[in-house]
Amino acid sequence: MSQQIAFMERLKLAWRVLVDSLFASRVLDGLDALEAKSAAANVPPERLHASGLMLVAALQREGRLVDFLQQDIAAFSDEDVGSAARVVHGGCRKVLKQFFQFEPAMNGSEGTPMTVPGGFDAQRIRLTGNVAGNPPFKGVLKHHGWVAVDVKMPAISDALDPRIVAPAEVELP
Amino acid sequence: MTYVVGIDLGTTNCAVGYRKLEADAAGSTHEILQLTAPGTVESRLLLPSFVYLPANGEFPQGSLALPWDKKAAHVAGEFARSHGANVPARLVASAKSWLSHSAVDRNSPLLPWNAPPDVERISPIEASSRYLRHLQGAWNKQHPERQLAAEDIVLTVPASFDAAARDLTIQAAREAGLQNLTLLEEPQAALYAWLEQAGDGFRKQVSVGDVILVVDVGGGTTDFSLISVTEENGDLQLTRLAVGDHILLGGDNMDLTLAHHLNQQLLQKGKKLDAWQFTALTYGCRQAKETLFANPSLTKAPISVASRGSALVGGTVRVELTRDDLTRILVDGFMPKVDVTDLPQTARRTGLTQMALPYAQDPGITRHLAAFLTRQSRIAAGHTFVHPTAILFNGGVFKGEVLKQRVVEVLNGWLTKDGGQPVKELQGMDLDLAVARGAAYYGWVRHGHGIRIRGGTARSYYVGVEAAMPAVPGFEPPVRALCVAPFGMEEGTHADIPPQEFALVVGEPTVFRFFASSIRREDRAGDMIDDAVHNDEFEEVAPIETTLSGDTGKLVPVNLQAAVTEVGTLELRCLEKNGRGRWKLELNVRTRDE
Repeated sequence: MSQQIAFMERLKLAWRVLVDSLFASRVLDGLDALEAKSAAANVPPERLHASGLMLVAALQREGRLVDFLQQDIAAFSDEDVGSAARVVHGGCRKVLKQFFQFEPAMNGSEGTPMTVPGGFDAQRIRLTGNVAGNPPFKGVLKHHGWVAVDVKMPAISDALDPRIVAPAEVELP
Repeated sequence: MTYVVGIDLGTTNCAVGYRKLEADAAGSTHEILQLTAPGTVESRLLLPSFVYLPANGEFPQGSLALPWDKKAAHVAGEFARSHGANVPARLVASAKSWLSHSAVDRNSPLLPWNAPPDVERISPIEASSRYLRHLQGAWNKQHPERQLAAEDIVLTVPASFDAAARDLTIQAAREAGLQNLTLLEEPQAALYAWLEQAGDGFRKQVSVGDVILVVDVGGGTTDFSLISVTEENGDLQLTRLAVGDHILLGGDNMDLTLAHHLNQQLLQKGKKLDAWQFTALTYGCRQAKETLFANPSLTKAPISVASRGSALVGGTVRVELTRDDLTRILVDGFMPKVDVTDLPQTARRTGLTQMALPYAQDPGITRHLAAFLTRQSRIAAGHTFVHPTAILFNGGVFKGEVLKQRVVEVLNGWLTKDGGQPVKELQGMDLDLAVARGAAYYGWVRHGHGIRIRGGTARSYYVGVEAAMPAVPGFEPPVRALCVAPFGMEEGTHADIPPQEFALVVGEPTVFRFFASSIRREDRAGDMIDDAVHNDEFEEVAPIETTLSGDTGKLVPVNLQAAVTEVGTLELRCLEKNGRGRWKLELNVRTRDE
């Protein structure tokens, strides 16, 4: 453990580990987690982030997202970009629907007044504008946010190199 | 056994429904794990009925593994369909239609049809068996405590499947290791799903004297059934009256027709799509069709066909499906406004017909419906065609409300012109999953819950007997038909054919021609009908054969007996007269002389 712990805290800790088996097991779990973290440091980044790459691969496969973003589109007309955007939108939407179920982080119509209660979840609600004083705050909902209430990512095989987001396609005559 | 599992083994998609074997159980649908890309296993409500046979080294080692089969060497389901669209020579599709195609040897490896010689081929039975093995693996993975092979399984078949195709379906299931099987006709399954959903309320929606027409248009087949509502001892009874013939025509044809139409438009503008893009166009047409059907206010829906290469912007081809085209091509093309006397057109067969699936020549589903109702005039109560009083739709095609409305409109036109009343539409449930759910519900009904649809076999069956007459060159002696199984034989019953002078040669294969009729409901076992070959009330099905064991050359006089098994298949037996010999007559599904 690299964190510095004050002497009194260490004494208390030793004492509790000795007498409180539940607490002791929690400490051990914490140590395991730290160990797992350092082990993870040795895993190559593509393995560590395999599910992220898998998501990109799915968005490319179904919605050509990587093609779209990798292309310089400055010279194309809006009509061309629009046609391509339909491919991206249709395919990526399908993937998003399959993997996640989204709900607004906050109910209510955007643009309507609402109250942010005391003890609000600061991850779910971000305050902007004149942030001063203590909650409850009266404000206007500008963006309802998104929460993935269900995550259903597919199982991916270890047999594959996750870096290959899309294979080259060669057609045989 | 704690579950009954209903399996819809469809031409283009399979689905699984299940229900606990308890009085107040509720049905649910089982999501099917499958490969959606190499190395990616996801669950979907449907398993596309496709098998892809990969080339050596085509995919990285281990990337086709399934959670229950680490060494999987072929692909079934979503990825088979999507990848196979680009490599058609390795894709097995429509295996179910081949299963009912009596002009080919269904036990022989003939799929993928037209595959180059170095591609491994499998039989239609093997393909069906692979779908079932996949469903089984996925089920066992998700229900480790309840192995599928230990459950009661209801397997659905088109009502139009003949005795041989039903046998083969059972054979495929047995090869997949499934034993506790019962067959159920798909339109009946759809009605069971409706019964499940309506609950006790179904008595308010149908009443004695109603004749329910089930119109089931799946991805590849169209199937009609008539079910009557009668009363016995104060209880409502449902009886399946008649089923239609096998029509290879479905939703896939519709999407393809739209795609060909738009492809023509693109060609005129000088844009040529390759095969890969054409597949994408077909898929786009399906989406656009569903969008237009779901939003009656839209006049057109855009379709973008992605570029083949990585330059998406600029390379994407844009085309529009207009409502006018949709109405003209789909609604008027597949559901034309016709008279009940308009029969489907059949193209004249040229001398050399290429062996392939016998696709319906006429895309007009309403014409096929007219033919069905007219052919069943024996139960039309004095009319020239059967008057249904209620209609139930099934199959993904009818997500398009417009198509339902058109069928109802055309049917009501026939009815009112003939002095009848308009039909009422029974509101069914999920059009993709109803058959699987209805099948599970039927399994539950078989254990003594709820109402059961009666009906027995939807055909009468005949053995062909060549008339004894002197041979005349160039003249084929007429074949008389001996009725061996009357219409409406219930499961678990048998019919004895009154004594006939049949003598079989022992030790040599004996082959009988075999006929079926979906119309002749008055024939009794033992009835002899002259000239079945030139009578369009009969259709010739796969021949039946047997080899009687014993001293070669000896003649044994026999009686025939037909039985319908509990599973729902037909069995024919020869019983030795004045002896104990019993031989089963096998439906020969290998070949049929055309």
